[in-house]
Amino acid sequence: MANISTFDQGPSGAKPKKFITWERFFVYSVLIVCALFFLMPLYIMVITSLKNIGEIQAGNIFVPTMHPTLDAWGKAWNSACTGLYCEGIKVGFWNSIKITVPSTIVSIAVASVSGYSLANWPFKFSEMFFTILLLGSFIPYVVMLYPLVIITRELGIFSTLPAVILVHTIFGLPIQTLLFRNYFASLPQELFKAARVDGAGYWQIFLQVFVPMSVPIFTVSVILQVTGIWNDFLFGVIYAGPTNYPMTVQLNNIVNSAQGGKAYNVDMAATILTGLVPLTIYFVSGKYFVRGIAAGAVKG
Amino acid sequence: MDTSSSIGRDSSIPYNRNRPSALIALACIAAAEVVLWLLWANSSLTSLVSSKVAVALMFLLVPVFLFFVYDAIWGIKARSSKAASYPMMLIALGVFVLGTIWTVLFSFTNIKILPLFTPGQWIDGYVGFANYKRLFNTDRWMNCPGLTHIGRAGWKLSCTGALPNMVTYAVLSIVISVSLGFLLAVMIDQKIKAEGVFRTIYLYPFALSFVVTGHVWAWIMSPEYGLQHSIRLLGWTSFTFDWIANRDMVMYAIVIAGIWQGTGFVMALMLAGLRGIDDDIWKAARVDGIPAWRTYIQIVLPMMKPVLVTTFVIVTSGAVRIYDLVVATTDGGPGISSDVPTRYIYQNFSANLGQSLSASTVLLVGMAVVLIPWIRIEFGKKSQG
Repeated sequence: MANISTFDQGPSGAKPKKFITWERFFVYSVLIVCALFFLMPLYIMVITSLKNIGEIQAGNIFVPTMHPTLDAWGKAWNSACTGLYCEGIKVGFWNSIKITVPSTIVSIAVASVSGYSLANWPFKFSEMFFTILLLGSFIPYVVMLYPLVIITRELGIFSTLPAVILVHTIFGLPIQTLLFRNYFASLPQELFKAARVDGAGYWQIFLQVFVPMSVPIFTVSVILQVTGIWNDFLFGVIYAGPTNYPMTVQLNNIVNSAQGGKAYNVDMAATILTGLVPLTIYFVSGKYFVRGIAAGAVKG
Repeated sequence: MDTSSSIGRDSSIPYNRNRPSALIALACIAAAEVVLWLLWANSSLTSLVSSKVAVALMFLLVPVFLFFVYDAIWGIKARSSKAASYPMMLIALGVFVLGTIWTVLFSFTNIKILPLFTPGQWIDGYVGFANYKRLFNTDRWMNCPGLTHIGRAGWKLSCTGALPNMVTYAVLSIVISVSLGFLLAVMIDQKIKAEGVFRTIYLYPFALSFVVTGHVWAWIMSPEYGLQHSIRLLGWTSFTFDWIANRDMVMYAIVIAGIWQGTGFVMALMLAGLRGIDDDIWKAARVDGIPAWRTYIQIVLPMMKPVLVTTFVIVTSGAVRIYDLVVATTDGGPGISSDVPTRYIYQNFSANLGQSLSASTVLLVGMAVVLIPWIRIEFGKKSQG
């Protein structure tokens, strides 16, 4: 049948592809319109931060300035006021570094060892603890907020750097443990068995066999933790104490302190500066970032 | 994940065999904690032991001690493994389990300052459901004047307050971000050019914090110099977009910001789900002459149920936690019209602790309503396979 009909219709062979079909046109227009929606705030942030305040009040929010200036960036970094001090957002930047680096190291150290135990050295109830952790990751933070205030207060570290590091370790643990547990469970068993036969113990196998093979998963987990901790606001406000407020909190204070009128250009410059670290990580390590959120979401 | 590949287990034993006993053990630990704590209530120990020791006992030592008891009874190997897992076990029991129990228990008391774990304080302060009654009588938490008749359109249930705001945000952000995320994933799945570029653009807001998101959108939506001002400059002088300053619309403004931040994440999950669908399904559908859009809706979507459910749970738990986004976008304003539970709870921190704790418990119960069906799906599936 098919042969006869094609014969009747004349030209044979594959139908030449049209350069553009309506379907393609529709797909690309939806994708481009959405892309513009997602890009628009970034564009507005950047062009606003390059304007001076007069241009902002007179001009259109979408139109870039003809005379870009980095004054607002300098002001945001060095001298913007957070209510009490006028030292700019650089204070918050260094505080965020002080919080993020140790929190990331501690939480990954604890989580990788726990994940290794769960995957390779299960013990009675080890899965129960893991289930508690996973369920705990869905419980609203506010439920654990007060108990953690009490714990840190009684340990004598409330309102200090160690408190916020402890809290980030606690709340980062579920997802990180899941990540490492699933990764170690996916490694070939023979490897573990061979190491056991050779007489290696718990720590030897972990440090000499597994860790060197696990650079990708450590990368994923560092990216997840650094962006997560950098972007945190609530724990920084409650546990870090005013002298250690992270960058997100300082940004909020800068925008909300309306001394001498609102300086939208400085606000936007401070906003970009706060978003710059996670954004850089995202653009440099796109593949690992996606892997991290997918691994965290699709549970084993 | 193939859990049966774990080493150290006899692979002939089904993996789930000890789950029921694990749950019983959890219940026992929780019960033992409560009993110990109540016993301790009227003992003279309360005054003797300094507060630090008391907290250490309640939070750290008791669960560890109980764990050792179980350890002895059940006889376990892998000592280094257990020793190395103590931080994890302490956090699971001491923070997640005990912390939750503590919050729920003290929501039934009239405490004003943060107490310790002294049961005496709990017994002295016990007031039953009084906090909950007051909470739901507080307009700032929830105010439902009831059904209002709005002409021919029918009836409208209008609620204001922190809890209804959160529900509005949760429902809208789930519906919009899941449908938009799925649509984008399907579009990206059409073997388009520059796929990576589009994916990168959709996902980058997810790397930014809610504080950054909130401030950018507050600036864009600001009626003074933002979008409204700019469109009016172009000549459309009656154009109005003042949601952020409008009591009735402010939550929708926050939803816009939330969707911008979170849709890329949903898209990434959906795309992973789509890519996981077997090619043979597509071939079979094509052979049968089913149009692509119908294949997506009637075949692929039902097959992606696990991904959809997981996405739903994650997006919901994020929406229940909403705080930074509101603080940055409107700080609860205008007035308190965009207040949300976490903000309410945080602001009652010092003045009205009982209210805070009962509000937290309400959120916990709400989350449990979402989580329990999910757990049944997840764990039911595993025990079958």
